[in-house]
Amino acid sequence: MSLRRTLLTMRRIMQQLRHDPRTIALLLVVPSALVGLLAWSLVNRPGNFDALGPRLLGVFPLTMMFLVTSVTTLRERTNGTLERLLTLPLAKAEFILGYAGAFGVVAIVQSALVSTLSYSVYGLSHQGIPWRISVVALCAGLLGTAFGLALSALAKTEFQAVQFMPAFILPQLLLCGLMVPLAQLPTALRYVANVLPMTAAVHAITPLQTTTYYLEQFAIMVAYIVGALVVGSATLRRRTK
Amino acid sequence: MSDTLALEVSRLRVVRNHNEILKSLTFDVAPGTLVGLLGPSGSGKSTLMRSLLGVQVITSGSALALGERVGSPVLRRRLGYMAQGSAIYLDLTVRENLAYFAGILDLDDSQVDHVLDVVSLRPFAQRLVSALSGGERSRVSLAVALLGAPPLMILDEPTVGLDPVLRQDLWRTFAQLADEGTTVLVSSHVMDEAARCDRLLLLREGRLLFDDTPGALLERTGAPGYDAAFVRLIEGAS
Repeated sequence: MSLRRTLLTMRRIMQQLRHDPRTIALLLVVPSALVGLLAWSLVNRPGNFDALGPRLLGVFPLTMMFLVTSVTTLRERTNGTLERLLTLPLAKAEFILGYAGAFGVVAIVQSALVSTLSYSVYGLSHQGIPWRISVVALCAGLLGTAFGLALSALAKTEFQAVQFMPAFILPQLLLCGLMVPLAQLPTALRYVANVLPMTAAVHAITPLQTTTYYLEQFAIMVAYIVGALVVGSATLRRRTK
Repeated sequence: MSDTLALEVSRLRVVRNHNEILKSLTFDVAPGTLVGLLGPSGSGKSTLMRSLLGVQVITSGSALALGERVGSPVLRRRLGYMAQGSAIYLDLTVRENLAYFAGILDLDDSQVDHVLDVVSLRPFAQRLVSALSGGERSRVSLAVALLGAPPLMILDEPTVGLDPVLRQDLWRTFAQLADEGTTVLVSSHVMDEAARCDRLLLLREGRLLFDDTPGALLERTGAPGYDAAFVRLIEGAS
């Protein structure tokens, strides 16, 4: 595996994004506006935004990076560029890590913007440490990218790829503790909810927990990222039937 | 090394979904030959090309390219491939596309300029591929295949949808590459393109119907042109 070819792939994906300013704007504006809308809607219920706002910081990168990655990699599978790349001296890991790197950068920029706006404009007074929020956003972005890469293998068209988003994201949103506290879930669901990637992203931002607790959440996220990247890599075939 | 065959295909069979796409093909190609792979659509041309490229699972038989088993990692720097459909990034400029693929092959920017000149696309270097016409996109795809001057080029219908002037230019480029020692395998379903090849492989329903020079095809069939010759061959075979 070569770092140079990984970085080249990362640069190429960023160049593609640069030629698509509308997508960049959507990636940055939509989460910022949504958190702003949430803050505004809770303006008559003091304290609620402080509790809810930061937890969403993990949900956005996960959702958006999942969508963007699954559509772009599906495009590589269907337009022949992936086949061409696999006839060249590019390792699968270089391809996969190039995507993770490029969208990881986007996730960091996105979360930096959203959390800066939350603290300075939307009036968030959360006891969370900013660097932890950034790391959670990066992990959540990488989770979305890794799962997008893996699940894009199951879609034949971009239309199908888009349908995977609600199937993948909404159940996690229901169970991650934002709607119903985990302690109040039926036992079976609680076991499932406790090991979902989005739950870990939400919990990793929850304030005033022990270091061990945070490390556990990060460990869950990293395990999912690595696992999904390995599965994603296995879906890239140099030879097909 | 110079007497290593560019291609050595022996009893190559490909079965996909219980359909026998290639039925025991055997042929050799000497280095520096411009080979036309002709046949109606669905005859197995693309499957043969993908097999030689190493991206198609082979059911039985063997295929060597440049003396190596197809699909071998060492061939990844030595084969130039142009698929049907351009297989380039529409949301990058021409130069960004070429620079990326050149980087993967450890080549520098001088190679990018060189291939841009070969396909006469230097003035389009800064344009987004999505803004180019179909013919221009094919030339970008060909330019990618030319990167690093690979000794064997596999081009799947590179002239489809191009105007006659451009087709003529491309065939001149292929002939020149072959003169310089590159083996070029070009598929087409336009029989009149046969005249420009050193050697013809005619494929029909996964079988090799003819394997000789264009002159021999006209001679054997007594047909006035390549289209007619192909029709006569098929009628003779069935």
